[in-house]
Amino acid sequence: MKILVCLKQTFDTEAKITLDSNGKIESKGVSMIMNPYDEFAVEEALRIKEKGEGEVTVVSVGGQQTQDALRQALAMGADKAVLVDPGAGEMDEYSTATVLAKAIGGMEYDIILGGFRAVDDGSAQVVGRVAELLNIPVVNVITKLEIEGGNALATREVEGGSEVIEVALPAAFTAQKGLNEPRYPSMKGIMKAKKKPMDKKTLADVGLDESQIAAKVKALSFSLPEARQ
Amino acid sequence: MAKGIWVFAEQREGQVKKVSFELLSEGRKVADQLGEELCAVLVGKNVSGLTEAISAYGPDKIYVVDNDALENYTTDGYTNAVSDLVKKYEPSALLLGCTVTGRDLSAQVAQRLETGLMTDCTGMEVADGQLVFTRPIYAGKTIVKAACPEARPTMATIRPNTFAAVENAKQAEVISVESGAGDIRQVIKDIIRQVSERPELTEADIIVSGGRGMKGPENFKLLEDLADVVGAAVGASRAAVDAGWVSHSFQVGQTGKTVSPVLYIACGISGAIQHLAGMSSAKCIVAINKDEEANIFKVADYGIVGDLFEVVPILTEELKKVMA
Ligand SMILES: Cc1cc2nc3c(=O)[nH]c(=O)nc-3n(C[C@H](O)[C@H](O)[C@H](O)COP(=O)(O)OP(=O)(O)OC[C@H]3O[C@@H](n4cnc5c(N)ncnc54)[C@H](O)[C@@H]3O)c2cc1C
Ligand SMILES: Cc1cc2nc3c(=O)[nH]c(=O)nc-3n(C[C@H](O)[C@H](O)[C@H](O)COP(=O)(O)OP(=O)(O)OC[C@H]3O[C@@H](n4cnc5c(N)ncnc54)[C@H](O)[C@@H]3O)c2cc1C
Repeated sequence: MKILVCLKQTFDTEAKITLDSNGKIESKGVSMIMNPYDEFAVEEALRIKEKGEGEVTVVSVGGQQTQDALRQALAMGADKAVLVDPGAGEMDEYSTATVLAKAIGGMEYDIILGGFRAVDDGSAQVVGRVAELLNIPVVNVITKLEIEGGNALATREVEGGSEVIEVALPAAFTAQKGLNEPRYPSMKGIMKAKKKPMDKKTLADVGLDESQIAAKVKALSFSLPEARQ
Repeated sequence: MAKGIWVFAEQREGQVKKVSFELLSEGRKVADQLGEELCAVLVGKNVSGLTEAISAYGPDKIYVVDNDALENYTTDGYTNAVSDLVKKYEPSALLLGCTVTGRDLSAQVAQRLETGLMTDCTGMEVADGQLVFTRPIYAGKTIVKAACPEARPTMATIRPNTFAAVENAKQAEVISVESGAGDIRQVIKDIIRQVSERPELTEADIIVSGGRGMKGPENFKLLEDLADVVGAAVGASRAAVDAGWVSHSFQVGQTGKTVSPVLYIACGISGAIQHLAGMSSAKCIVAINKDEEANIFKVADYGIVGDLFEVVPILTEELKKVMA
């Protein structure tokens, strides 16, 4: 079983947000974490692997410091990491999904896992877009996943209850809280992670140029919310 | 040229969601400003009876796709139906409620049509001839205004309770469209309903939420009693969820539900930033906490410093009288 996890490095949930002189969000000096929903995704991937044969690869689109989040996943037990640095152009969810799908398209996979949303930009759409691009089915906001042969049975949260959905693999799933309790990396895991492969790629390496990932959505202005009266 | 503001009229088991009426009401305004027509899109099985209810909120046209295979929502079935419809009529905008279904469907449709999607928006306006959406990001610590200048349709999902649903009856033209559901790869094996008389958390007008200050699962009964008097949903902080007092589906916050009720009553919740992320867009916040320094009082419109075990029952009794 080849399992891929889409992993985003996000702002720490405690981070104070300030705007820089251009009115954009200042990311300097902010501590970064693995998106909490992606921890569920990594954990689920590891559990599937531990039930039988398998390999877990974590994939991220981001700058060089994203390696920290990828290393954390390797320390939890993932086997290898792929990082695609998209450069400095403006990105939206379409851009991110396009890069991810291109990177993943060249790999083998049975299962793609991700978070249902990132806690910072929080658009809850990247994994769904990736599935659409790869032409595989997606099941969102899952709280349970069972793999049987070439099929998956996923329980997803809907308003007022839940649904159990069956899909044939390969398929993509997004994690909701409740799926599992993510493990902490052990000391041994952290040591081992240092030697695990980290494949760093550029846009050109995955066969894309900046014009192909031009953002569809443009930010017009950022502001800090007014204090409530 | 692409024309028409479309609203996805979300229905579940023969009921149109309130958020769809909210979007039609606000959609009417922006459609008039842009000089475009307002259309509703209704997808399901035996749903044509719902067009009357939809008409009451002012669309010029209602496109109906009625198909046995679309009885229950499936990602593929609805994505196929809605994408085909959009390709055929080329609207300039497609708006959906930010519900479980709206979120699921919008991402797939946006990618199939290779367009931009702004999710979980709390505002919409027309500026320089285009639709501009407001989104709280970074746990509500930043507000971004964004638009999709070129790709069409402009897509957005809007948080329930953002706009008022205002009746504005019109004789809408109903257009039935023959459309297949296509290949559906998600097979529904089971639908499990939680039997609850209370409204769904993300759609409720009023929410009564409890935190670590509730001290134990049995005490949530106090909140349920209060909730039932005013027709509210019950929510919780992560501390209450992690303690195992209530299920994770009740959690409000950055790693829980985002809610935007008219009234949010926080009981024994300190007001951590991750909790505020999920509820600070509530119109009115009432906090009950015995610690007058608690952070929740910084965002509360009304604060009651006191023991919730005394205050909540009094509130319940008083509201019973008011509601009677
Ligand atoms: C108005 C606006 C302007 C922006 N401008 C820029 C910009 O100029 N430059 C820029 O770089 N970013 C920019 N961003 C951020 C960028 O659009 C998002 O970070 C990116 O599209 C991911 O979307 P999301 O965080 O909403 O992910 P979601 O869809 O909420 O994430 C869901 C899941 O998708 C997967 N995922 C998401 N992102 C990644 C990733 N990068 N790698 C691997 N997996 C991932 C994870 O599994 C995650 O749990 C902007 C965002 C906004 C709202
Ligand atoms: C990555 C991450 C994500 C998170 N996501 C979320 C999230 O989605 N949602 C969320 O809620 N939290 C989230 N948290 C946790 C958050 O940081 C807080 O720990 C949590 O919200 C605290 O819950 P609480 O207010 O119930 O508990 P506490 O902070 O312990 O507050 C309890 C309050 O109850 C009051 N109290 C006690 N007894 C009484 C009484 N008898 N009468 C009246 N008042 C009383 C106390 O004065 C206190 O203010 C997240 C944290 C992290 C790190």
